Amino acid sequence: MAQQDGSKPAAMAIPKEGYFKLEQGRFGPQFPRTPACHGFTVIVKVKPGREQAVRDYGKTIEEAVKGSPDVLKPLQLHYLRWVLFDVGSGLHFMYQGIFDTDFDKYIEDAIALFNQTGVTSVFTNLEGWPDDWKTNVPAVAKFFHDHQRPSFLEYGEYPYVTSSEIKKALKLKQKFSEMLDQMQ
Amino acid sequence: MLEIDDIQHFLLTRTPALAARYEFLKFPDAGRGRAWLSTMREKVGSGKSVGEQRADARWVTVAFTWSGLRALGVDEASLATFPEEFKQGMAARAGVLGTTGANGPEHWAGGVTSPDLHAIAILFARDVPERERCRDEHQRFVGQCGVEVISSLDLEAIPPLEYAHEHFGYRDRLSQPVIEGTGVAPTPGSGPPIKAGEFFLGYPDESGETPALPRPEILTRNGSYLAYFRMQEHVGRFRDFLRANADTPEAQELLAAKLMGRWRSGAPLVLAPEKDDPALGADMQRNNDFDYGKMDPYGYACPVGSHVRRMNPRDTAENMQRRKVVRRGGTYGPHLPDDAPEDGKERGIAAFIGCANLTRQFEFAMNVWANDPRFSELGNERDPIIGTHDGSYDMTIPKRPIKKKISGLPAFTTVRGGAYFFLPGLKALEFLAAGGAARA
Repeated sequence: MAQQDGSKPAAMAIPKEGYFKLEQGRFGPQFPRTPACHGFTVIVKVKPGREQAVRDYGKTIEEAVKGSPDVLKPLQLHYLRWVLFDVGSGLHFMYQGIFDTDFDKYIEDAIALFNQTGVTSVFTNLEGWPDDWKTNVPAVAKFFHDHQRPSFLEYGEYPYVTSSEIKKALKLKQKFSEMLDQMQ
Repeated sequence: MLEIDDIQHFLLTRTPALAARYEFLKFPDAGRGRAWLSTMREKVGSGKSVGEQRADARWVTVAFTWSGLRALGVDEASLATFPEEFKQGMAARAGVLGTTGANGPEHWAGGVTSPDLHAIAILFARDVPERERCRDEHQRFVGQCGVEVISSLDLEAIPPLEYAHEHFGYRDRLSQPVIEGTGVAPTPGSGPPIKAGEFFLGYPDESGETPALPRPEILTRNGSYLAYFRMQEHVGRFRDFLRANADTPEAQELLAAKLMGRWRSGAPLVLAPEKDDPALGADMQRNNDFDYGKMDPYGYACPVGSHVRRMNPRDTAENMQRRKVVRRGGTYGPHLPDDAPEDGKERGIAAFIGCANLTRQFEFAMNVWANDPRFSELGNERDPIIGTHDGSYDMTIPKRPIKKKISGLPAFTTVRGGAYFFLPGLKALEFLAAGGAARA
């Protein structure tokens, strides 16, 4: 693939299926990298009476990251957005993540990390989460595929730039400022 | 407690074999298949018998495809409980593995993609005369039973025989996982022993859980999955590439080391970045004693895209204990002497990758480590040795002040065959041979 120009905004309209050409990954179709990187939007109905339990996990993740800032590093995330909403058909949980890896490629690593941080536990409050999730990765992958709502448009003001490149650029800026300070 | 008296020796012990023969088999019907297995299973050594006494030369291994289990009479309800990738077989998973184009299953040799492939007999032997004896004996035997040999492959170690290496000249068998419960101590830098459930069914794995066994349990307990992989090595092309991209013999050796991540002697670049150190390469107490994250984070010694760093990223990847596999196999085809031109003959490696979960272990390694062009943010690279290449991928060699980038890396290897097998325990072989599966 040719080097992408990260300073030139780009948008990509995506077919209904979520991909242009069916490419099988280990657990199902692989989704394309877009100007807004990899990512997914998973929308699942919450089991009755579990709203507070789901909300409480927001705090769990906050504490986990505070205690160990690199705890989510393996997911190569840019952003996570967790939303609870009800538009008339019951309470739903939306898990939106923007990251740099193809989720399917590293799904076992993601699940292992979910187990360590308690993210997995939030899913146990959702309908359809497989009971044997600890040992049945294909079932977990199927859960995500079944509840994923692929984007039909993704846009990046600085497209295709990875979070590691952004962090490198910020580090460089900081080092450069320090260098200028030393020159005074 | 690991039942080493019930597990086939294949993944537990490394026999001092210098020759081998693989026989790919078809069972015309269940009766003939069982007749063959009834006698063959007497020849199959367990981890205990082969491990304890080297004199036990029953270095025979038998394993079955999904359709082979059906051919032996395993019922459909049980067959349905096996994992999806095993049911599909390796050829159907080629897109997942990335073995496409010239590496695609439509080009594979030896009839291994046929649903008629039911079993493999792996005959390891101390030397070529012993291999020939085993081969003759097996040939007579399959004739008597009426089992059909679809194809076969002879393997022999190539000179110099003092150490294991492949046709490009790289020392092999340096990084092997140590399985918990075998009593073997890992060499320095190799990490802790790995839970038996990563390799054998019916044991807790690194998640702490024991995954459910496919049915019936007597068939699958103490079993493993094997991915068979036959890979041709284009030795002449490889040597031409080294000569075209490096001026002196020393520079060519360094380039060969950069592609692999180790010198051909086995010495790791992280510990010997400038100059080869054959004594280090041969010393199992030292040749794995390194990491990447602290000792070589930018790949100035060992490129991030080199073969060994991709296939075993050590401390720079997550959950490495869940990705380990046991490798067995050897070289086939004639040795091409250093000064000889390419002779057009097929030579390469024909190996088995043993594990408890083909998708998590073998397929992950192929899909991500070998063939994902964006592995470790490299952008446009695949494994330089075993990745699928068509001349459109690069190889970056980090170097101060400016990295060296080789564009249009040629294919040094071509996949020539592959199949998924189930390697049952000894009691399971007895069960299959007795037609227990049909009665269960």
